[in-house]
Amino acid sequence: MDKNNLNNIPKDLFVPLVRKEDTSDRISTPSRTFFQDAKRTLFNNKPAVFSMILILFIIIMSIVGPWMNSFGSDEQDLKRAKMPPRVPVLENVSWLGMDGTLSGTFQGKDVQQATAKANARFDRKEEFIDIKVINKGDGTRNSAEVKATYHIYEAKDMKDTYFWFGSDALGRDQWTRLWEGTRVSLIIAFVAAVLDLVIGVAYGGISGFYGGRVDNVMQRIAEILVGIPNLVIILLMMLVLKPGIISIVIALSITGWIGMSRIVRGEVLKLKNQEFVLASRTLGTSNGTIIRKHLVPNISGIIIINTMFSVPGAIFFEAFLSFIGLGIVPPDASLGSLIDLGFDNLRLYPYMLVFPAIVISVLMIAFNIVGDGLRDAFDPKMHK
Amino acid sequence: MTREKLLEVKNLQKHFAVGKKNTIKAVDGVSFDVYKGETFGLVGESGCGKSTTGRTIIRLYDATGGEVKFAGEDVHGKKNKSELLKFNRKMQMIFQDPSSSLNPRMTVLDIIAEGLDVHKLVKNDAERKAKVEELLEAVGLNREHATRFPHEFSGGQRQRIGIARALAVDPEFIIADEPISALDVSIQAQVVNLLKKLQKERGLTYLFIAHDLSMVKYISDRIGVMYMGNLVELAESDELYNNPIHPYTKSLLSAIPLPDPRYERTRKRISYDPTVHDTDGEFELREVTPGHFVRCTAKEFERYQNEQKNK
Ligand SMILES: Nc1ncnc2c1ncn2[C@@H]1O[C@H](COP(=O)(O)OP(=O)(O)O)[C@@H](O)[C@H]1O
Ligand SMILES: [Mg+2]
Repeated sequence: MDKNNLNNIPKDLFVPLVRKEDTSDRISTPSRTFFQDAKRTLFNNKPAVFSMILILFIIIMSIVGPWMNSFGSDEQDLKRAKMPPRVPVLENVSWLGMDGTLSGTFQGKDVQQATAKANARFDRKEEFIDIKVINKGDGTRNSAEVKATYHIYEAKDMKDTYFWFGSDALGRDQWTRLWEGTRVSLIIAFVAAVLDLVIGVAYGGISGFYGGRVDNVMQRIAEILVGIPNLVIILLMMLVLKPGIISIVIALSITGWIGMSRIVRGEVLKLKNQEFVLASRTLGTSNGTIIRKHLVPNISGIIIINTMFSVPGAIFFEAFLSFIGLGIVPPDASLGSLIDLGFDNLRLYPYMLVFPAIVISVLMIAFNIVGDGLRDAFDPKMHK
Repeated sequence: MTREKLLEVKNLQKHFAVGKKNTIKAVDGVSFDVYKGETFGLVGESGCGKSTTGRTIIRLYDATGGEVKFAGEDVHGKKNKSELLKFNRKMQMIFQDPSSSLNPRMTVLDIIAEGLDVHKLVKNDAERKAKVEELLEAVGLNREHATRFPHEFSGGQRQRIGIARALAVDPEFIIADEPISALDVSIQAQVVNLLKKLQKERGLTYLFIAHDLSMVKYISDRIGVMYMGNLVELAESDELYNNPIHPYTKSLLSAIPLPDPRYERTRKRISYDPTVHDTDGEFELREVTPGHFVRCTAKEFERYQNEQKNK
């Protein structure tokens, strides 16, 4: 074919180029459901896995912890009040503070006066107090300084007794009370979270699914409820119920579910006009089946995440109520009431505050990290 | 004409309440018939009420006024459960957006089998699976795709799954709401060809909704042009294409590019100016030439008729 003849190419040499979509291709990648993907993403998230292990550990300890020593949570004995923590083996590591001694620095105008002050502080049991002079002093006021270490277990003739986390102002074992308190806090948090879940999902689901006037009325009611401060509700409830687990749970769940219901309502509103739901309607699927097969699976992720975040919120609210004296009443313990007691003795017996504070902090942080991990896991963009 | 009317739409209205006082008249008095075995194309710009018309016909929305008759039976009349289910089997819908028309949490098997389950068309799981695989092959997919999830497919493949879902209940009439608008041009033709093939094999009747005339002309026997909730022109598709009467249709046609440089050089876009219409008198769909209807007033009607005679 020469160049001058380009216009005379016979028509039958042209063949249409058919671009075909490979519709019947096999897909070679393994088929994974959404939840399998989510699980994989979650378990690849190291902080979340670590936090889950921590939470699991704390839950197990809250069940078995109280049985690990022979003390009961309400065995009062003023003779052994305010004993410092003492753990076998660890008592030999002095910097851990688990050696069953109380210590403090005392000042005076000379060493003698400082020592006298130390003796006065530590029950005048001079033979059990080690004095270490830090500063000899020059006779002026508070110039001398001594460090006194009081071997209180020996002094009280309890050489073979070990309060692992010390004892409180009434001589009750802190270890036992800490884990029992953790258990109470966790129970309150889980019950509140489950109530949030059930009420919130049902309320938000109905409101969003039926829409229109039903939705309007239900949302106005929720707005009124959310306007009442929690504290007012619990104070009013004190008039009817006595303070305790039940009234805290009720106070938490009267308004706690509203956040959940709003999220669920929004999701349902969005989903119910999606074309796959419309398709399902044109096929004649009943409302119940649409909810069960199309709506619930698509919002379950968001429900789980939200529940995960409402647990630490409930733990904190319980601790707050107990701390201001509206929550758990003695002899029962919760993390909040333990922190309250510890706070009263903060200057002289810091260990009473430290352990419950550590447990509640770890719990709150761990739940939040797991919640974050779940949010990533349920986000398809994060799947690899 | 002795052809059998499958669907009759008479003065159909659908108004949406927006806020307390306002209403949107999404569909405001649309009438047309669809004959058995044909494809009726419904075109118009976005927001003119095409989807609303389709969804009201299939009972996804309750009509504000007017009447829809399917095979002589009133669609919107009171029905008990079994009558409703019977209706659901006869009329099906294919949706526009391939990314939201399939439930992301269900396998293709369960998606396609939904109709089979609702209408109890299969006795056991083996039969269910066999039927779904048969449908998959009918729409050009692999039977092994049954265990997959929607996100593993391309847009065209998803649209095929949506078609298989509609076919599962053996419908007579399918409303296809812009089934190709979201697809690549090269894939559009394949889906349209698939729809044509299925129509021939199963004797289906289509209401094919689209927003541009080019593809609709290819698939439709007759075309209705919608503008602001009204049908402004209705004719056989060749007639409408070659001899548009309503200014809006002319403007729509002038927007179609052709792969012909000589034509393109002279092609002028005509924009539609609603004020050209005569304002006194009732607007009505009137038959200007046999089978060619235009929405106009009595005065305009005379003018259009004279224009046609002088051609
Ligand atoms: N559920 C609804 N509520 C209120 N207005 C709606 C609703 N659905 C559609 N509309 C309005 O009705 C008009 C027609 O919409 P639609 O039928 O979706 O148009 P098309 O499919 O032709 O693009 C639009 O103005 C749209 O905003
Ligand atoms: Mg539309």
